Amino acid sequence: ARSTARLTEGITTLFRKRRLDDEALEELEETLIAADLGVAAARRIVEGFRRTRFGKEVTEEEVKAALAEEIAAILAPVARPMPIEPRRRPHVVLVVGVNGTGKTTTIAKLGQQYREQGLSVAFVAGDTFRAAAVEQLQIWGERVGCPVYAPARPGADAAGLAFDALKAAKEAGTEVLLVDTAGRLHNKAALMEELRKIVRVLKRLDPEAPHSVLLTLDATTGQNALQQCKVFKEMVDVTGLAVTKLDGSAKGGVVVALAQEVGLPVHFVGVGERAGDLRPFEARDFARGLLGLD
Amino acid sequence: MFEALSSRLTGVFDKLRRRGALSESDVNDALREVRVALLEADVALPVVKELIARVRERAVGQEVIRSVSPAQQVVKIVHDALVEALGGGAGDDGRRGLDLNAPAPVPVLMVGLQGSGKTTTAAKIALRLRTRERRKVLLASLDVQRPAAQLQLAQLAERAGVTSLPIVAGEGPLAIAARAMDVARRELYDVVILDTAGRLAIDEALMAEAAAVKAATRPHETLLVVDAMTGQDAVNTARAFQEKVGVTGIVMTRVDGDARGGAALSMRAVTGAPIKLLGAGEKLDALEDFHPDRIASRILGMGDIVSLVEKA
Ligand SMILES: Nc1nc2c(ncn2[C@@H]2O[C@H](COP(=O)(O)OP(=O)(O)OP(=O)(O)O)[C@@H](O)[C@H]2O)c(=O)[nH]1
Ligand SMILES: Nc1nc2c(ncn2[C@@H]2O[C@H](COP(=O)(O)OP(=O)(O)OP(=O)(O)O)[C@@H](O)[C@H]2O)c(=O)[nH]1
Ligand SMILES: [Mg+2]
Ligand SMILES: [Mg+2]
Repeated sequence: ARSTARLTEGITTLFRKRRLDDEALEELEETLIAADLGVAAARRIVEGFRRTRFGKEVTEEEVKAALAEEIAAILAPVARPMPIEPRRRPHVVLVVGVNGTGKTTTIAKLGQQYREQGLSVAFVAGDTFRAAAVEQLQIWGERVGCPVYAPARPGADAAGLAFDALKAAKEAGTEVLLVDTAGRLHNKAALMEELRKIVRVLKRLDPEAPHSVLLTLDATTGQNALQQCKVFKEMVDVTGLAVTKLDGSAKGGVVVALAQEVGLPVHFVGVGERAGDLRPFEARDFARGLLGLD
Repeated sequence: MFEALSSRLTGVFDKLRRRGALSESDVNDALREVRVALLEADVALPVVKELIARVRERAVGQEVIRSVSPAQQVVKIVHDALVEALGGGAGDDGRRGLDLNAPAPVPVLMVGLQGSGKTTTAAKIALRLRTRERRKVLLASLDVQRPAAQLQLAQLAERAGVTSLPIVAGEGPLAIAARAMDVARRELYDVVILDTAGRLAIDEALMAEAAAVKAATRPHETLLVVDAMTGQDAVNTARAFQEKVGVTGIVMTRVDGDARGGAALSMRAVTGAPIKLLGAGEKLDALEDFHPDRIASRILGMGDIVSLVEKA
């Protein structure tokens, strides 16, 4: 009953016409800020809106829908699928990101998707650092039917493992090789250097590898996401993003600022903890989600 | 420390004539800059508004002390307000860290969103209690969701030199919690740290499960573990965990990153629970005490605040 009341209340305010004045625009800006767009991006977008629609009589529904379209237009250029070329045997995807953002789980999800497409897929348990990280990926590998290249002993060199795994995958004719890495903060130079080493070592076997470098970004992350993306991009040439944990209450609005300031493609959204919970990033859906429209 | 915000504010005040006291409009101009700075530091909007209101009240009518610039003065007012909001200032008894003042075995419950650092922090706390306070600690993982979560805690326990509850395949969280408490009572442990699976604030079933674990074990501390990089959603997360589970303290992880950590303020404002510890690395000794003034400085000044503000 409570939610019905709230819904009705929401709908009545949604449909009441109101002049789009300074106050209304400020509220819109605040909605965007509360969704993590950041002050700069929120202002930019609302200012654009002010120029075209200021003073008009509109319902909240209309105004939000129009704003969502505007944001969708900003996101559209970055909403691109991750290109996979199985003929490379293997197409190597290196998955990188800050600690706990969802790298290992996203690999499991991708593994399941590519398996369903009939591709041969293998995982590399390149997080040789964190406790039980290898076992975590191994369990996923079993669940989604992907073999896992694991280090011979804990703490082994991740680059060495990646090299051996790529070599073996080439011999086996594997079509997609998904490489997990240890989580690392972008401001830790030594750890970022280790990541570069993995890239260098892969290139010795295939100068074009890794063919994709996927950065996982937790949707709950605030403005620091900009820094994360910039540094990872600079250090290891990130080719695209997966925004994880969008099934929560966080809206991931920083992606809009990212689209404007960094311009990296956004390939996927993670919407749960199971292997099936990965979706393509859709600009329009995402933008409507930011404004609380469905 | 606060040079960036100060110079920005100096810009605002330069346009004004020196007067005896700060007028409402001087203060409003300055507070607009403060608002941006706080939002860029990821302090949640409702919390920013509350803070700005408090600062406005204090700043308006303040005599500008001749030796200090108005900008510095506003920064100081803001900083003091932040420190207070974070739990420092007057009324702060200076006591930090966990409260384990209860009959043994003292249960401690770790809760939070997925990947926030619960398991690692559980092991860090265990190591600290073992080495600094010579307490006998039992670690138990109630995480039957994430693959190899129980193994992760077992391996970390070994590194920390403490015991972890033997893993029984197929056992549910409530049963594990009961067994942990039982073992702890029989084997005379001082502290039992219960690690739980990550859960979303909006996941009714899992939140109810956490509440059930809490009701069954009656933890003396329930720690909400949050990532220092958390954005505006901090308020929703904090509210949900406070309402549905109840928290007695906050641990903020990944302060070794370069996020400004405004979430600390949001979490504290919403839950009223003190921030007890900070996670500052992946290693088990990377656990730090919380200092309100340091986090306040970080929120206001650390990092590249000038360029962030200028872009706005
Ligand atoms: N709700 C939700 N949880 C997710 C999602 N993706 C990952 N998770 C959870 O987030 C937590 C961390 O995920 P991992 O895949 O282990 O993250 P990681 O980046 O590999 O972590 P590290 O290797 O420790 O840096 C786990 O509890 C996952 O189940 C998602 O899309 N939604
Ligand atoms: N840099 C840094 N990394 C941390 C810190 N605390 C935890 N981590 C890392 O963050 C990742 C996730 O930590 P976990 O302890 O597994 O997080 P969790 O909350 O138990 O995750 P779930 O059980 O999946 O919900 C791991 O890679 C940890 O090593 C910290 O203070 N600093
Ligand atoms: Mg991982
Ligand atoms: Mg855990």
